[in-house]
Amino acid sequence: MKQIVVISGKGGTGKTILTASFAALAKNKIMVDCDVDAADLHLLLHPTVKERYEFKSGKTAKLNKKICTQCGKCIALCRFDAISDNFAVDPISCEGCGLCSLICPVGAITMKENTAGEWFISDTKYGAFVHAKLGIAEENSGKLVAKIRQVAKEIAERDRLDYVIVDGPPGIGCPVIASLSGVDCAVVVTEPTLSGLHDAKRVIEVCTHFKVPVKMVINKYDLNIDVTQKIEAYCRSGNIEIAGRIIFDSSVPRTLVKGITAIEGASEEVIKEIKDIWEKIFT
Amino acid sequence: MIISVASGKGGTGKTTIAVNLALSLDNVQLLDCDVEEPNAHIFLKPEIKEKIPAFIPIPKIDEVKCNICGKCREVCAYHAIAVIPSSDGDKGSVLIFPHLCHGCGACSLLCPQNAIREVNKEIGVVEIGTAQSTQFVHGRLNVGEIMSPPLIRQVEDHIDPAKTVIIDAPPGTSCPVIAAVKKSDYCILVTEPTPFGLNDLVLAVEVLRKLKIPFGVIINRSDIGDDEVDKYCQDNKIRILLRIPFDREIALLYSRGIPLVQEKPEYKEKFRRMFDVITKEMS
Repeated sequence: MKQIVVISGKGGTGKTILTASFAALAKNKIMVDCDVDAADLHLLLHPTVKERYEFKSGKTAKLNKKICTQCGKCIALCRFDAISDNFAVDPISCEGCGLCSLICPVGAITMKENTAGEWFISDTKYGAFVHAKLGIAEENSGKLVAKIRQVAKEIAERDRLDYVIVDGPPGIGCPVIASLSGVDCAVVVTEPTLSGLHDAKRVIEVCTHFKVPVKMVINKYDLNIDVTQKIEAYCRSGNIEIAGRIIFDSSVPRTLVKGITAIEGASEEVIKEIKDIWEKIFT
Repeated sequence: MIISVASGKGGTGKTTIAVNLALSLDNVQLLDCDVEEPNAHIFLKPEIKEKIPAFIPIPKIDEVKCNICGKCREVCAYHAIAVIPSSDGDKGSVLIFPHLCHGCGACSLLCPQNAIREVNKEIGVVEIGTAQSTQFVHGRLNVGEIMSPPLIRQVEDHIDPAKTVIIDAPPGTSCPVIAAVKKSDYCILVTEPTPFGLNDLVLAVEVLRKLKIPFGVIINRSDIGDDEVDKYCQDNKIRILLRIPFDREIALLYSRGIPLVQEKPEYKEKFRRMFDVITKEMS
């Protein structure tokens, strides 16, 4: 069983479109959407939710004003400015450390567990799919990512699947690192823009840091051939395998609007390019 | 006034809007708070005058004073401390996992032996400079670091209230976005007219409503998809501030790191008018 994550550094380069295409092409696999705070893969896979679970994580301070003597110790010691001058807890700023509840001289503050989101095990016409929805303005996206990856891995082992295909989040921080740890291969999708190159370099550094092999895909490569060549030169100099290029084509956003994968509705050329990439990554 | 530019979905054009709005106005400070993947500097090419390392406090154990009582492990809400108990004449030890630490200070404050002090751990850098008449500040998270919100807060410590402040926020809807937009008076949400753009716009709107920050929407590449974003905005009485049709020339300028208003000055007027609309709404 192999785990493959699709990441990009920069957002909007085509991670989800590529992941959905892999879902349509690969056999005997499970999909996971680890972009838990702005998940989109379900819009192409159309899951039927089979199992639904609450994601409990982290705590929030609750201050009982009847007991509170307004001594101000909590306000002075909170590093996150989560308690206002009139002794109201701002649940968005509160990071759940619990220091206030531990130092309150009269025990006016208790810590309440948060329901930080939900996660699902679903069926799709392409196979099983594990996905999640982080609550609005909630924290701990990294832990939710780790949770759904664990669940997907267990299902893959139980059902003897060949692949876990992970749609990753943008950036290089907490949820990206949680999406990346222990995978067999990271597919980095970039675009031929200076921002795309800059961000791909940073996410590749993260992969190198965690010893994850990288395969590069340049999406919309004909938008700026100069920058595409720069990216390819960068890959060659760093011994990074280039899995392929995908042309800029208006048939791709049309598949999004239809809610289908690129494999089922993009132009012949795009489909062929994605199939070639898939061959390079999965064989 | 502080205006943030956010999006939910990545790659919709946040940086394009933030940079070009900044270049269209006078007396501006631009803060790039996408510290995982900062891009605004690629377009503004600022002269960096100051580099300030960014730290978070993490605990350090004084092994002589520590008596392995385990209080620190007990109070740490983030499981960033492990205690190996004493056995067979071995004193035992306390292990710190810096990546899990949120810097709340509970362990050092509550250690009965006063054996914990806090030391600085570098997580990135804040860089300050100027680009023509625009004041520029951004943060760069070190590769392998997971916690971007403390660095985002340190970038925002440099906000100059005498200026019009424009904040380029990271994508998503979780803690880094909230850290970036929390202080703003108004938020511009940039989206694209596709099911992905709409799905993530709805999430971003929920975040802003929870934070009680007024906002409006820019539809970028406004002719590539369908009209569902328009309908959503109409139904929810959300102001559409600007529509930017897809234009290969704009995409090419972006790919080269050239600000749109530099080559297409007609957009300067559009951004100024949009700013006037926002100012009027806020007064």
